[in-house]
Amino acid sequence: MAPHNPSHDHDHDHEHGESSELSDIELRVRALESLLTEKGYVETAALDALVQYHEEKIGPRNGAQVIAKAWDDPEYKAWLLSDDASAAIASVGFEGRQGEDMVVLENTADVHNVVVCTLCSCYPWPVLGLPPVWYKSAPYRSRIVSEPRSVLAEFGTDLAADVDLRVWDSTAELRYLVLPMRPEGTEGWSQEQLAEIVTRNSMIGTEVVVTP
Amino acid sequence: MGGWQGFGPVIQEPDEPVFHGEWEERVLALNLSAGGGRWNIDMGRFARENTPPADYLARSYYEMWLYGLEKLVVEKGMVEANELSAARTGAHFEAVAEPGLPAARVERAMRSGGSTRVDEDIAPEFAVGQRVRASVDAPPTHTRCPRYVRGRSGVIERDHGVFIFPDTHAHGKGLKPQHVYAVRFEAEELWGTANQGGAVYVDLWDDYLELA
Repeated sequence: MAPHNPSHDHDHDHEHGESSELSDIELRVRALESLLTEKGYVETAALDALVQYHEEKIGPRNGAQVIAKAWDDPEYKAWLLSDDASAAIASVGFEGRQGEDMVVLENTADVHNVVVCTLCSCYPWPVLGLPPVWYKSAPYRSRIVSEPRSVLAEFGTDLAADVDLRVWDSTAELRYLVLPMRPEGTEGWSQEQLAEIVTRNSMIGTEVVVTP
Repeated sequence: MGGWQGFGPVIQEPDEPVFHGEWEERVLALNLSAGGGRWNIDMGRFARENTPPADYLARSYYEMWLYGLEKLVVEKGMVEANELSAARTGAHFEAVAEPGLPAARVERAMRSGGSTRVDEDIAPEFAVGQRVRASVDAPPTHTRCPRYVRGRSGVIERDHGVFIFPDTHAHGKGLKPQHVYAVRFEAEELWGTANQGGAVYVDLWDDYLELA
């Protein structure tokens, strides 16, 4: 965990031994869950199923499959880049909440796309899972739109000066997935092998895909 | 938060878990299942975000969801405010409702989601390629036009189609379906001489825009 510092953003994990702070929140959540369960508004089995779904059924391995297929199959790639992207992604088995209206953005030698939600935390859940804390943090949300090159450099990503760097702010219900550039040296790889090297950050656009 | 200064570096947590505590996963699950159709996504966002800035910044992500849900269940008449505090001191409650989302329907509900696209043949106000300006009219109620583009001009790059308008939908004032566009704002237009090149693409509704 990052060290506590005075400018820590509001998503900083509070689990550093301040037990009164942590137990207040836990108490409050447990009370709300009991209240809503006893009154009948929610049922425990549904809560458990929702947790399991968000931990296991969605995540970046889904998006990696989509990317690998696009790299391997030019027809699929064209479908993905059309305005029928949601159907293309659903055809591989990924769809639903916070991914109903998908747009796929292709990164090339001339254009680099990166995605943010400056207003809250909008993110394509079916293909990437729940967003990481950094994506929802004040530093990312505030700075990626105004100083994108500095933020990308913090991720180890340096782009040529003439690359058109496009930051997409997910202010509406369109959800963006970046199709990163396929790295050199992967000719003839299977889709499984390709999917293994696709990282979550490359599908957000903060990093590029490299061969190990 | 776009363009807000002073937040420092983006801090990534290596091998970050999906949830940083059991309370977080319960908060998410409660938010996804308690509503039973009593509120929509725009009402949910407004409940979380309509908060004094100092509080907003101090809260962790799931704290925001917790406080937002507490607000919603009281606003929608599901619980009384004093029942929230009573629950924290161990009170118990009689059943008054049926679960909005039973366990058996969880996976299907997550996989179908809830698109806000509207299947109505509504004419767009603007065409791809036109130069537009984002209105400076900032409502005190819910909106999805970021402050950093108000009064700034950009070019319509894509027409995403017709969607529900969050400004009215969040306050029970109707769907007011209209076109949403990806508008390209050059970095220099937004940030002046300190810009790092490239552009920001923002998804904006017809009602936010005027011809430039």
